[in-house]
Amino acid sequence: MLNYLTLIFLCQLIGEAFVAFVELPVPGPVMGMVLLFAGLSVRRSVPDDLDTVSRALLSNLSLLFVPAGTGIMVHLGLLANDGLAVSAALVVSTVATVAVTGLLMQALTAKRGGNQDDA
Amino acid sequence: MMHETVQTGIQDVWVYLSASPLLHLTLTLVAYQAGMWIYKRAGMNPLLNPVLIAVVALVSILLVTGTSYETYFEGAQFVHFLLGPATVSLAIPLYRQFHRVRKSALAIAISLLTGSIFASASAMAIAWLLGAGTQTIISIGPKSVTAPVAMGISESLGGLPSLTAVLVIATGILGAALGPLVLTAVGVKDWASRGFAMGTTAHGIGTARALQVDEVAGAFSGLAMGLNALATAILLPLAWSLFFQD
Repeated sequence: MLNYLTLIFLCQLIGEAFVAFVELPVPGPVMGMVLLFAGLSVRRSVPDDLDTVSRALLSNLSLLFVPAGTGIMVHLGLLANDGLAVSAALVVSTVATVAVTGLLMQALTAKRGGNQDDA
Repeated sequence: MMHETVQTGIQDVWVYLSASPLLHLTLTLVAYQAGMWIYKRAGMNPLLNPVLIAVVALVSILLVTGTSYETYFEGAQFVHFLLGPATVSLAIPLYRQFHRVRKSALAIAISLLTGSIFASASAMAIAWLLGAGTQTIISIGPKSVTAPVAMGISESLGGLPSLTAVLVIATGILGAALGPLVLTAVGVKDWASRGFAMGTTAHGIGTARALQVDEVAGAFSGLAMGLNALATAILLPLAWSLFFQD
Protein backbone atom coordinates (compact mmCIF):
# COMPACT_ATOMS: atom_id res chain seq x y z
CA MET A 1 0.00 0.00 0.00
CA LEU A 2 2.67 2.46 1.08
CA ASN A 3 4.68 1.74 -2.05
CA TYR A 4 1.76 2.62 -4.31
CA LEU A 5 0.96 5.78 -2.36
CA THR A 6 4.62 6.69 -2.88
CA LEU A 7 4.27 5.89 -6.58
CA ILE A 8 1.30 8.29 -6.85
CA PHE A 9 3.28 11.03 -5.07
CA LEU A 10 6.25 10.33 -7.31
CA CYS A 11 4.11 10.68 -10.46
CA GLN A 12 2.83 14.02 -9.19
CA LEU A 13 6.33 15.18 -8.28
CA ILE A 14 7.71 14.33 -11.72
CA GLY A 15 4.62 15.93 -13.29
CA GLU A 16 5.14 19.15 -11.29
CA ALA A 17 8.83 19.27 -12.15
CA PHE A 18 8.17 18.60 -15.85
CA VAL A 19 5.47 21.28 -16.09
CA ALA A 20 7.67 23.84 -14.35
CA PHE A 21 10.61 22.97 -16.59
CA VAL A 22 8.76 23.03 -19.93
CA GLU A 23 6.44 25.89 -18.80
CA LEU A 24 3.34 24.01 -19.91
CA PRO A 25 -0.03 25.56 -19.00
CA VAL A 26 -1.11 22.23 -17.42
CA PRO A 27 -1.19 21.52 -13.69
CA GLY A 28 1.47 19.13 -12.36
CA PRO A 29 -1.07 16.59 -11.05
CA VAL A 30 -2.71 16.30 -14.50
CA MET A 31 0.74 15.60 -15.96
CA GLY A 32 1.21 13.05 -13.15
CA MET A 33 -2.05 11.41 -14.19
CA VAL A 34 -0.77 11.13 -17.76
CA LEU A 35 2.44 9.58 -16.43
CA LEU A 36 0.65 7.00 -14.27
CA PHE A 37 -1.65 6.24 -17.20
CA ALA A 38 1.37 5.62 -19.43
CA GLY A 39 2.84 3.31 -16.78
CA LEU A 40 -0.39 1.29 -16.54
CA SER A 41 -0.54 1.04 -20.34
CA VAL A 42 2.95 -0.45 -20.41
CA ARG A 43 2.21 -2.81 -17.51
CA ARG A 44 -1.21 -3.70 -19.01
CA SER A 45 -2.94 -4.17 -15.63
CA VAL A 46 -3.77 -2.34 -12.40
CA PRO A 47 -2.05 -3.77 -9.28
CA ASP A 48 -4.60 -4.58 -6.52
CA ASP A 49 -2.92 -2.38 -3.92
CA LEU A 50 -2.75 0.59 -6.31
CA ASP A 51 -6.46 0.10 -6.90
CA THR A 52 -7.10 0.16 -3.13
CA VAL A 53 -5.09 3.36 -2.62
CA SER A 54 -6.75 5.15 -5.54
CA ARG A 55 -10.21 4.09 -4.37
CA ALA A 56 -9.49 5.56 -0.93
CA LEU A 57 -8.49 8.87 -2.52
CA LEU A 58 -11.28 9.02 -5.10
CA SER A 59 -14.14 7.83 -2.91
CA ASN A 60 -13.83 11.09 -0.94
CA LEU A 61 -12.85 13.32 -3.85
CA SER A 62 -15.45 15.99 -3.16
CA LEU A 63 -14.20 16.45 0.43
CA LEU A 64 -10.91 17.71 -0.99
CA PHE A 65 -12.63 20.79 -2.48
CA VAL A 66 -14.05 21.97 0.84
CA PRO A 67 -10.99 24.00 2.01
CA ALA A 68 -10.78 25.97 -1.27
CA GLY A 69 -14.55 26.48 -1.33
CA THR A 70 -14.48 27.93 2.16
CA GLY A 71 -12.29 30.69 0.66
CA ILE A 72 -15.55 32.34 -0.45
CA MET A 73 -15.54 34.07 2.95
CA VAL A 74 -12.65 36.27 1.77
CA HIS A 75 -14.70 37.57 -1.19
CA LEU A 76 -18.07 38.18 0.44
CA GLY A 77 -17.60 41.96 -0.03
CA LEU A 78 -16.84 41.77 -3.74
CA LEU A 79 -19.67 39.29 -4.27
CA ALA A 80 -22.09 41.72 -2.62
CA ASN A 81 -21.45 44.09 -5.57
CA ASP A 82 -21.27 41.67 -8.47
CA GLY A 83 -23.32 38.94 -6.76
CA LEU A 84 -26.29 38.97 -9.12
CA ALA A 85 -24.19 39.07 -12.29
CA VAL A 86 -21.91 36.33 -10.99
CA SER A 87 -24.74 34.04 -9.83
CA ALA A 88 -26.66 34.43 -13.08
CA ALA A 89 -23.52 33.84 -15.15
CA LEU A 90 -22.58 30.73 -13.16
CA VAL A 91 -26.03 29.13 -13.18
CA VAL A 92 -26.93 29.85 -16.83
CA SER A 93 -23.47 29.04 -18.17
CA THR A 94 -23.18 25.82 -16.15
CA VAL A 95 -26.61 24.50 -17.15
CA ALA A 96 -26.06 25.44 -20.81
CA THR A 97 -22.53 23.99 -20.98
CA VAL A 98 -23.60 20.64 -19.47
CA ALA A 99 -26.49 20.41 -21.95
CA VAL A 100 -24.49 21.45 -25.03
CA THR A 101 -21.49 19.22 -24.28
CA GLY A 102 -23.61 16.20 -23.33
CA LEU A 103 -25.92 16.45 -26.34
CA LEU A 104 -23.04 16.98 -28.78
CA MET A 105 -21.01 14.09 -27.37
CA GLN A 106 -24.03 11.77 -27.41
CA ALA A 107 -24.96 12.73 -30.98
CA LEU A 108 -21.38 12.20 -32.21
CA THR A 109 -20.81 8.88 -30.43
CA ALA A 110 -24.28 7.47 -31.21
CA LYS A 111 -23.57 7.71 -34.94
CA ARG A 112 -20.23 5.96 -34.69
CA GLY A 113 -21.47 3.45 -32.11
CA GLY A 114 -24.43 2.62 -34.37
CA ASN A 115 -22.14 1.95 -37.31
CA GLN A 116 -19.97 -0.33 -35.25
CA ASP A 117 -22.94 -2.24 -33.90
CA ASP A 118 -24.19 -2.74 -37.44
CA ALA A 119 -20.83 -3.94 -38.66
CA MET B 1 -16.69 30.90 41.59
CA MET B 2 -16.85 27.31 40.42
CA HIS B 3 -18.57 28.49 37.24
CA GLU B 4 -15.83 31.01 36.52
CA THR B 5 -13.07 28.44 36.84
CA VAL B 6 -14.83 26.16 34.38
CA GLN B 7 -15.23 29.01 31.92
CA THR B 8 -11.57 30.04 32.14
CA GLY B 9 -10.72 26.39 31.67
CA ILE B 10 -12.80 26.15 28.51
CA GLN B 11 -11.30 29.39 27.23
CA ASP B 12 -7.77 28.10 27.80
CA VAL B 13 -8.56 24.89 25.97
CA TRP B 14 -10.14 26.89 23.11
CA VAL B 15 -7.10 29.16 22.80
CA TYR B 16 -4.85 26.13 22.82
CA LEU B 17 -6.90 24.26 20.21
CA SER B 18 -7.31 27.27 17.90
CA ALA B 19 -3.55 27.51 17.62
CA SER B 20 -3.24 23.91 16.47
CA PRO B 21 -4.04 22.81 12.91
CA LEU B 22 -5.94 19.83 14.33
CA LEU B 23 -9.03 21.89 15.21
CA HIS B 24 -9.74 23.16 11.69
CA LEU B 25 -8.69 19.90 10.09
CA THR B 26 -11.19 18.03 12.27
CA LEU B 27 -13.82 20.70 11.70
CA THR B 28 -13.45 20.26 7.92
CA LEU B 29 -13.92 16.49 8.19
CA VAL B 30 -16.90 16.81 10.54
CA ALA B 31 -18.59 19.46 8.35
CA TYR B 32 -18.16 17.31 5.25
CA GLN B 33 -19.46 14.18 6.94
CA ALA B 34 -22.44 16.10 8.28
CA GLY B 35 -23.05 17.28 4.70
CA MET B 36 -22.73 13.70 3.45
CA TRP B 37 -25.17 12.50 6.13
CA ILE B 38 -27.79 15.09 5.13
CA TYR B 39 -27.22 14.34 1.42
CA LYS B 40 -27.77 10.60 1.97
CA ARG B 41 -30.73 11.12 4.29
CA ALA B 42 -32.35 13.20 1.55
CA GLY B 43 -32.07 10.26 -0.85
CA MET B 44 -28.89 11.66 -2.48
CA ASN B 45 -30.82 14.68 -3.72
CA PRO B 46 -28.21 16.41 -5.95
CA LEU B 47 -29.40 19.84 -4.77
CA LEU B 48 -28.17 19.04 -1.24
CA ASN B 49 -24.56 18.79 -2.37
CA PRO B 50 -22.29 17.78 0.55
CA VAL B 51 -19.55 20.27 -0.46
CA LEU B 52 -22.10 23.09 -0.44
CA ILE B 53 -23.41 22.10 3.00
CA ALA B 54 -19.87 21.80 4.39
CA VAL B 55 -18.79 25.19 2.98
CA VAL B 56 -21.88 26.98 4.32
CA ALA B 57 -21.38 25.39 7.75
CA LEU B 58 -17.65 26.19 7.86
CA VAL B 59 -18.01 29.80 6.68
CA SER B 60 -20.74 30.36 9.31
CA ILE B 61 -18.58 28.89 12.09
CA LEU B 62 -15.49 30.86 11.04
CA LEU B 63 -17.41 34.15 10.79
CA VAL B 64 -19.14 33.62 14.16
CA THR B 65 -15.90 32.72 15.95
CA GLY B 66 -13.99 35.51 14.19
CA THR B 67 -11.46 33.10 12.70
CA SER B 68 -9.52 34.22 9.61
CA TYR B 69 -9.36 32.09 6.47
CA GLU B 70 -5.56 31.92 6.86
CA THR B 71 -5.90 30.39 10.33
CA TYR B 72 -8.51 27.95 9.05
CA PHE B 73 -6.34 26.96 6.08
CA GLU B 74 -3.39 26.06 8.30
CA GLY B 75 -5.46 23.06 9.38
CA ALA B 76 -7.44 22.51 6.18
CA GLN B 77 -4.34 22.47 3.96
CA PHE B 78 -3.78 18.79 4.78
CA VAL B 79 -7.09 17.95 3.10
CA HIS B 80 -6.44 20.41 0.27
CA PHE B 81 -3.05 18.81 -0.37
CA LEU B 82 -4.64 15.46 -1.27
CA LEU B 83 -6.24 17.01 -4.38
CA GLY B 84 -2.96 16.44 -6.24
CA PRO B 85 -2.58 12.71 -5.50
CA ALA B 86 -6.33 12.22 -6.12
CA THR B 87 -5.96 13.81 -9.56
CA VAL B 88 -3.05 11.49 -10.33
CA SER B 89 -5.11 8.44 -9.36
CA LEU B 90 -7.79 9.37 -11.91
CA ALA B 91 -5.40 7.55 -14.26
CA ILE B 92 -6.83 4.25 -12.99
CA PRO B 93 -10.51 4.64 -14.04
CA LEU B 94 -9.22 6.27 -17.23
CA TYR B 95 -6.98 3.27 -17.97
CA ARG B 96 -9.85 0.84 -17.33
CA GLN B 97 -12.15 2.68 -19.75
CA PHE B 98 -9.56 3.60 -22.34
CA HIS B 99 -10.90 1.22 -25.00
CA ARG B 100 -14.10 3.34 -25.02
CA VAL B 101 -12.14 6.59 -25.04
CA ARG B 102 -10.12 5.54 -28.07
CA LYS B 103 -13.25 4.61 -29.99
CA SER B 104 -14.69 8.11 -29.48
CA ALA B 105 -11.54 10.19 -30.07
CA LEU B 106 -13.08 12.48 -32.72
CA ALA B 107 -16.32 12.96 -30.77
CA ILE B 108 -14.22 13.81 -27.71
CA ALA B 109 -12.15 16.40 -29.58
CA ILE B 110 -15.19 18.18 -31.05
CA SER B 111 -17.25 18.08 -27.84
CA LEU B 112 -14.30 19.27 -25.79
CA LEU B 113 -13.51 22.30 -27.95
CA THR B 114 -17.17 23.31 -28.15
CA GLY B 115 -17.74 22.81 -24.43
CA SER B 116 -14.55 24.61 -23.44
CA ILE B 117 -15.25 27.72 -25.53
CA PHE B 118 -18.93 27.71 -24.58
CA ALA B 119 -18.19 27.46 -20.85
CA SER B 120 -15.91 30.51 -20.80
CA ALA B 121 -17.69 32.66 -23.39
CA SER B 122 -21.20 32.25 -21.98
CA ALA B 123 -20.16 33.00 -18.40
CA MET B 124 -18.12 36.08 -19.37
CA ALA B 125 -20.84 37.40 -21.70
CA ILE B 126 -23.57 37.08 -19.07
CA ALA B 127 -21.40 38.69 -16.36
CA TRP B 128 -20.59 41.55 -18.77
CA LEU B 129 -24.24 42.04 -19.79
CA LEU B 130 -25.27 42.27 -16.14
CA GLY B 131 -22.66 44.93 -15.45
CA ALA B 132 -19.94 43.03 -13.55
CA GLY B 133 -16.53 44.70 -13.29
CA THR B 134 -13.69 43.76 -15.65
CA GLN B 135 -11.77 41.95 -12.91
CA THR B 136 -14.83 39.84 -12.08
CA ILE B 137 -15.42 39.09 -15.78
CA ILE B 138 -11.84 37.87 -16.20
CA SER B 139 -12.01 35.87 -12.98
CA ILE B 140 -15.15 34.02 -14.11
CA GLY B 141 -13.70 33.05 -17.54
CA PRO B 142 -11.91 29.85 -16.48
CA LYS B 143 -14.69 28.82 -14.04
CA SER B 144 -15.10 25.33 -15.52
CA VAL B 145 -11.41 24.49 -15.22
CA THR B 146 -9.83 22.62 -12.30
CA ALA B 147 -8.80 25.12 -9.60
CA PRO B 148 -4.98 25.30 -9.89
CA VAL B 149 -5.05 25.85 -13.68
CA ALA B 150 -8.00 28.24 -13.48
CA MET B 151 -6.13 30.36 -10.95
CA GLY B 152 -3.08 30.51 -13.22
CA ILE B 153 -5.17 31.56 -16.23
CA SER B 154 -6.99 34.20 -14.19
CA GLU B 155 -3.75 35.65 -12.89
CA SER B 156 -2.14 35.85 -16.33
CA LEU B 157 -5.13 37.82 -17.68
CA GLY B 158 -5.32 40.24 -14.75
CA GLY B 159 -8.12 38.59 -12.75
CA LEU B 160 -8.21 37.68 -9.06
CA PRO B 161 -6.89 34.11 -8.60
CA SER B 162 -8.52 33.63 -5.19
CA LEU B 163 -11.89 34.82 -6.54
CA THR B 164 -11.46 32.43 -9.46
CA ALA B 165 -10.88 29.55 -7.01
CA VAL B 166 -14.20 30.32 -5.33
CA LEU B 167 -16.04 30.64 -8.68
CA VAL B 168 -14.51 27.33 -9.79
CA ILE B 169 -15.76 25.56 -6.66
CA ALA B 170 -19.19 27.22 -7.02
CA THR B 171 -19.36 26.03 -10.64
CA GLY B 172 -18.37 22.53 -9.52
CA ILE B 173 -21.11 22.46 -6.89
CA LEU B 174 -23.68 23.83 -9.35
CA GLY B 175 -22.61 21.37 -12.02
CA ALA B 176 -22.73 18.43 -9.63
CA ALA B 177 -26.12 19.54 -8.31
CA LEU B 178 -27.85 20.57 -11.55
CA GLY B 179 -25.85 18.65 -14.19
CA PRO B 180 -27.50 15.23 -13.75
CA LEU B 181 -30.99 16.82 -13.75
CA VAL B 182 -30.21 18.86 -16.89
CA LEU B 183 -28.70 15.87 -18.72
CA THR B 184 -31.74 13.74 -17.95
CA ALA B 185 -34.08 16.58 -18.98
CA VAL B 186 -32.44 17.02 -22.41
CA GLY B 187 -32.25 13.26 -22.96
CA VAL B 188 -28.54 12.46 -22.59
CA LYS B 189 -28.65 8.83 -21.41
CA ASP B 190 -25.26 7.49 -22.50
CA TRP B 191 -22.91 7.24 -19.46
CA ALA B 192 -19.81 8.29 -21.38
CA SER B 193 -21.52 11.45 -22.70
CA ARG B 194 -22.99 12.28 -19.29
CA GLY B 195 -19.58 11.94 -17.65
CA PHE B 196 -17.82 13.91 -20.36
CA ALA B 197 -20.30 16.79 -19.99
CA MET B 198 -19.88 16.75 -16.19
CA GLY B 199 -16.08 16.85 -16.37
CA THR B 200 -15.97 19.58 -19.03
CA THR B 201 -18.38 21.78 -17.09
CA ALA B 202 -17.72 20.98 -13.45
CA HIS B 203 -14.10 19.66 -13.33
CA GLY B 204 -13.24 17.60 -10.23
CA ILE B 205 -16.47 18.13 -8.30
CA GLY B 206 -18.44 16.99 -11.34
CA THR B 207 -16.06 14.04 -11.63
CA ALA B 208 -16.56 13.16 -7.96
CA ARG B 209 -20.29 13.07 -8.56
CA ALA B 210 -19.90 11.06 -11.79
CA LEU B 211 -17.65 8.52 -10.05
CA GLN B 212 -20.30 7.94 -7.38
CA VAL B 213 -22.81 6.96 -10.05
CA ASP B 214 -20.94 5.02 -12.71
CA GLU B 215 -17.33 4.07 -13.48
CA VAL B 216 -17.61 4.82 -17.22
CA ALA B 217 -19.06 8.25 -16.43
CA GLY B 218 -16.27 8.81 -13.90
CA ALA B 219 -13.53 7.92 -16.37
CA PHE B 220 -14.89 10.18 -19.10
CA SER B 221 -15.41 12.96 -16.58
CA GLY B 222 -11.82 12.74 -15.35
CA LEU B 223 -10.58 12.75 -18.94
CA ALA B 224 -12.75 15.77 -19.81
CA MET B 225 -11.48 17.61 -16.74
CA GLY B 226 -7.84 17.14 -17.77
CA LEU B 227 -8.46 18.00 -21.43
CA ASN B 228 -10.53 21.07 -20.61
CA ALA B 229 -7.77 22.38 -18.34
CA LEU B 230 -5.38 22.13 -21.27
CA ALA B 231 -7.80 23.55 -23.87
CA THR B 232 -8.89 26.54 -21.76
CA ALA B 233 -5.32 27.32 -20.70
CA ILE B 234 -4.40 27.67 -24.37
CA LEU B 235 -7.60 29.11 -25.88
CA LEU B 236 -8.75 31.65 -23.29
CA PRO B 237 -5.56 33.79 -23.15
CA LEU B 238 -5.42 33.60 -26.97
CA ALA B 239 -9.05 34.71 -27.42
CA TRP B 240 -8.65 37.45 -24.80
CA SER B 241 -5.62 38.93 -26.55
CA LEU B 242 -7.32 38.70 -29.97
CA PHE B 243 -10.54 40.43 -28.94
CA PHE B 244 -9.56 42.85 -26.22
CA GLN B 245 -6.04 44.01 -26.98
CA ASP B 246 -4.41 45.27 -30.12
